[in-house]
Amino acid sequence: MEALKRKKRGVSQTAFHIMLLPAVIIVIIYSYGPIAGLAIAFQDFLPANGWFGSKWIGFGNFEYLWHMPGVLQVLKNTFLIAIMKLVVGMVFPILMALLLNEVKSMVFKRSVQTIVYLPYFLSWVILSGILIDILSPSGGIINVFLGTLHIKPIYFLGDEHWFRFILIASHIWKEVGFDTIVYLAAILSIDKSLYEAAALDGAGHLKKVWHVTLPGMRPIIVLLSVLALGNILNAGFDQIFNLYSPQVYSSSDILDTFVYRIGMQQMQYGVATAVGLFKSVVSLILISVSYFMAYKIADYRIF
Amino acid sequence: MIERRSFGRVSFLALNYIVLAVFALTCLFPILHMLAMSFSSNSAVTAGWVTIWPRGFNLSSYQYILDNPAFKSAFLVSVERVVLGVAISMLLTILAAYPLSKSNSRFRYRTAYSWFFVVTMIFNGGLIPTFMMVKQTGLMDSIWALIIPSAVNVFNIILMLNFFRTLPHELDESAMIDGAGNWRTLWSIYLPISKPSIATILLFSVILHWNSWFDGLIYMNSPSHYPLQTYLQTVIVSKSLDSMSTSDLSVLNSISDRTVMAAQLFVSILPILCIYPFLQRYFVQGLTLGSVKG
Repeated sequence: MEALKRKKRGVSQTAFHIMLLPAVIIVIIYSYGPIAGLAIAFQDFLPANGWFGSKWIGFGNFEYLWHMPGVLQVLKNTFLIAIMKLVVGMVFPILMALLLNEVKSMVFKRSVQTIVYLPYFLSWVILSGILIDILSPSGGIINVFLGTLHIKPIYFLGDEHWFRFILIASHIWKEVGFDTIVYLAAILSIDKSLYEAAALDGAGHLKKVWHVTLPGMRPIIVLLSVLALGNILNAGFDQIFNLYSPQVYSSSDILDTFVYRIGMQQMQYGVATAVGLFKSVVSLILISVSYFMAYKIADYRIF
Repeated sequence: MIERRSFGRVSFLALNYIVLAVFALTCLFPILHMLAMSFSSNSAVTAGWVTIWPRGFNLSSYQYILDNPAFKSAFLVSVERVVLGVAISMLLTILAAYPLSKSNSRFRYRTAYSWFFVVTMIFNGGLIPTFMMVKQTGLMDSIWALIIPSAVNVFNIILMLNFFRTLPHELDESAMIDGAGNWRTLWSIYLPISKPSIATILLFSVILHWNSWFDGLIYMNSPSHYPLQTYLQTVIVSKSLDSMSTSDLSVLNSISDRTVMAAQLFVSILPILCIYPFLQRYFVQGLTLGSVKG
């Protein structure tokens, strides 16, 4: 009997391995393979010589980067843009959710949600195509409108100060709907009797928001902000790549766009991989810390 | 006192409706503007007359893109990658999620496998090594380069396995007692009751494939193999940016192209608009799926 049981378990385990096999093979090749490929960061890599034929130069690529002008600016831009997006991306949806929660008309609420949520599903290629047109200094609708107010055309995407503003504004445009719905769901799950108790204590509307709604949202706010910390080096490649131009590199070139230009356009594989390795290692630390914090604070587990 | 408060309340509510409506319309305006431009005449667009209503209504820009073989072929490549990519990705996701949803006593290597997958979520090789790997495995310039390297989405696997875990144990056990093996249990018992969560993951997977543009840009050598988003990236975004980098602003406007560009953007949005009602319905479900804890 015992033997039969063991045998049966053995059989079922085989099925499990077979089910996992295709995914495992792909992950080994296309996820672990590139991790091994990070060795390029320590090579003077030439595609013709391959991984095994290229010369090992230790930290040469990193030294080269260290002395490269503009690298620190890239790092600064990355952090700055990511942090601005993080803060705005936190405050805006919370505000939206609180305001939407006050709306009684279901039709109005639905309509606003439906509209605000739509850009989330469009790619940055599409959104950039739209933005480039409406922000164009010659004939774009925004500048046409400014013209009627006798304001000179503004070159939004070619001006380093305006460009960052556009990044943040369009980030809100695309992302705000998603988080708003998450926060709204959190508000809806707050125990209704808490509001009644607050009303009995004589709390007005604002006080209810402050003492009941916001504390009720706190777990999800903490969770989302902690998880967002792990993304601090992802300032938004898709968005910036599709909007930027050399005039605004000084304020908007980030690690990912930098890697693309160095690696894919200038073919300096070793140097680009060194930047990539730096980014992966810092991200690893940040993500581990953020997951650990999320687990400690909110008992959040990914599985 | 009571009257004053209710007056404040009423004015707040009025203001609230206005603020929300203005914000929503601001979000919608660029898309409507694009739609209006695509149906307008070039001269009306150039003159800046078009806001959210077409001026000089005509369909010539749609006619133009329908006659444009590059646009059509890019559209078909996108359809192909969505169909193949989503099918393969769903298959891999479900097959991997099933064993991983078992308890440690049922599947001894569960923890090891889980870590094997999760590591790739927190650490990756980055752009250049991944690119080299795709090149090494001979996928360059083939549609498989857009499908295979991204076929295993660990996040989706986690969503799926968390859903499987909410299913009662008895289902699994009674199937075993009736002599059904794991394949049979997965196929005839798990899948039919997992339809909502499969639909959620499927929809998100469709969107992901439809919207991907970067892999097409770096893995495809010939523009005729570009999927739609990559095609648009090169003809609309890069082109405008290149011309923007020239100091002479008057060179910038290839204005006659603006209606055609608007039409191309709108056609590429269309499939997403078609599945948008389903996306909304399943979205909340997706959220709760993600929040189920083991």
